[in-house]
Amino acid sequence: MKSLEELKAIREKARAGMGIREGGDDAVRVVVGMATCGIAAGARPVLSAFVEEVAKEKLDVQVGQTGCIGICQYEPVVEIFDPKGEKTTYVKMTPERAVTVVHKHLKGGEIVTEYTIGAIGK
Amino acid sequence: MIRSHVLVCGGTGCTSSGSEEIITSLEKNLDKAGLTEEVKVVKTGCFGLCALGPIMIVYPEGTFYSMVKPNDISEIVQEHLLKGRIVTRLVYDETVKDDEITSLEETDFYKKQKRVALRNCGVINPEDINEYIAFDGYQALGKVLTEMTPEQVIQTIKDSGLRGRGGAGFPTGLKWGFAAAQPKGQKYVCCNADEGDPGAFMDRSVLEGDPHALIEAMAIAGYAIGADKGFVYVRAEYPIAVRRLQIAVDQAREMGLLGTNIFGADFSFDLELRLGAGAFVCGEETALMTSIEGHRGEPRPRPPFPAVKGLFGMPTVLNNVETYANVPRIILLGADWFASMGTEKSKGTKVFALGGKITNTGLVEIPMGTTLREIIEEIGGGIPGGKAFKAAQTGGPSGGCIPAKHFDIPIDYDNLISIGSMMGSGGMIVMDEDNCMVDIAKFFLDFTVDESCGKCAPCRIGTKRLHEMLDRITKGQGKPGDLDKIEKLCYYIKENALCGLGQTAPNPVLSTIRHFREEYEAHINQKKCPCAVCKDLLDIEILPDKCIGCTVCSKVCPTNAISGEVKKTHVIDQSKCVKCGACIEKCRFSAIVKR
Repeated sequence: MKSLEELKAIREKARAGMGIREGGDDAVRVVVGMATCGIAAGARPVLSAFVEEVAKEKLDVQVGQTGCIGICQYEPVVEIFDPKGEKTTYVKMTPERAVTVVHKHLKGGEIVTEYTIGAIGK
Repeated sequence: MIRSHVLVCGGTGCTSSGSEEIITSLEKNLDKAGLTEEVKVVKTGCFGLCALGPIMIVYPEGTFYSMVKPNDISEIVQEHLLKGRIVTRLVYDETVKDDEITSLEETDFYKKQKRVALRNCGVINPEDINEYIAFDGYQALGKVLTEMTPEQVIQTIKDSGLRGRGGAGFPTGLKWGFAAAQPKGQKYVCCNADEGDPGAFMDRSVLEGDPHALIEAMAIAGYAIGADKGFVYVRAEYPIAVRRLQIAVDQAREMGLLGTNIFGADFSFDLELRLGAGAFVCGEETALMTSIEGHRGEPRPRPPFPAVKGLFGMPTVLNNVETYANVPRIILLGADWFASMGTEKSKGTKVFALGGKITNTGLVEIPMGTTLREIIEEIGGGIPGGKAFKAAQTGGPSGGCIPAKHFDIPIDYDNLISIGSMMGSGGMIVMDEDNCMVDIAKFFLDFTVDESCGKCAPCRIGTKRLHEMLDRITKGQGKPGDLDKIEKLCYYIKENALCGLGQTAPNPVLSTIRHFREEYEAHINQKKCPCAVCKDLLDIEILPDKCIGCTVCSKVCPTNAISGEVKKTHVIDQSKCVKCGACIEKCRFSAIVKR
């Protein structure tokens, strides 16, 4: 170890992924429905897409799973909670849609209306 | 891509309750579920709540599972890690309120705690230097070596008000200043990790959970006093701690955080481990250094103090593990931050190992000045079985007891001394109404008699005679005037013993006499043990109105002391009874009592 810069570089690299252990109450939470119905409908690749894209964009977002919320016909279902607890529900998600949601909603703050239950459920 | 971290406690407490099997089972089940690429298993140090081990936390949710068994793992993997359904039956009760799961920080056990020395215990993987660095590790060493002079480092430690956490509470900055003031030349930095008080295990937890914090702090001390060599004296009975510390030293060397020209500065530092064989006296600083030198661990008179003439006759700084664990935070966050916690003369936090008659056995770190009531009733969860609090022993065999009347005393160095106890290294043994204080004093003295090294007569002979007198009292052979004699001998030993072991050995006796004199008098004058602990002073009796004559007691009695016909009241022949208590345990009608 010869300089502070060198330590900083190691720290940055080591920090990647450690955020998982710090998810405070003020972080945005993405919750993917991972019950039998969700998994059968393809929720696992959706979950992975969220995890990877959030890490790639270095966002302060907690990605987790939940069980079945009772709308199995719309799986994979993804709910996004903002720090105030306001919820957006995305349905019939795919990994590609997940990437779009990360960029537009989580990064840009703009809800992707066409994927929400309000648009698709009609 | 990793989406979840599962932290399993790998401290000594949870390891002995089976956390190794849990990790093996986790890895097997994750593999079976195809989750190895998504879920990372991390073996950490102690979380503090040892009574509920083995402990496991699942992130990002922060779900706290307690008393996990290997058979529970497949359910946790299938339900929680795969499907996201928390296994509520295994969640720590305190984190469930009105069916909602709250965070661990809001439970009574953690709410009042402030983790500084234990900040990384249960948070990082102690065998991975990268995780320590991720949580600001080695930043303080970098700051010290690139931005500060040794004088500034010492001034910062002085300003923080940090005092030795090993027991005596000597100001750390002052000690470093003395060693730094010695002429340039070979100097040493040593760490006392020879934790010996019965019931204390905070140093072990730091070594097991955050070994790099110790290495970083010792390097900082080395820079401050001008030493290039350090020794950690650690008990061989702490195998996990020794192994993790050695791994940490090797990793630090590999990264160039130990070695030459660290951070490009004109500073070199390296560390070695020395294993102690477990003699209590080797926790005394001069004996410890004598042992590192390769001699029999015996103390020598002071002065000269180690800061002037220590290890191998050279100026040496010797601090305890917990003291060092505070140092990197003080450097990074500033002396004012540290001094903002605690009381006027005792700054920062203190770790206590809670044991004895308490619900939440474990490790707690609290700001100085927290009251005994808060520690025992709120953090510790109170005394099991609805019994009344009687006293808490702090400082182990060197300390004394705090009786119930001082329940609201703010805990700091000076307050504890003023009531005849001492901080000690932080063991806190809680006693309830069933504990006999004479017996407790005898227990601790038993320990010091055993551990006295024998070099000086006051300790070798004095503690032995003291023990004999106490033994006589507990056997009903005490005489009026014994207490005066005991007190006189206690003060004689305190004044004349060579080292800290002997000088503090009478403390448990003196403090129990001070606060519970009437119990001693009952033993001596009425030949009675009020708590029915001392075997020779109690009778076991059968209550005629409760005995239904079921004959169970007479069958279980090993000396055939109980006789009686079926369905008729039984009686105990006191001349045959050996007071083993087997009949009390077996009686289903609470008809047998000690008194």
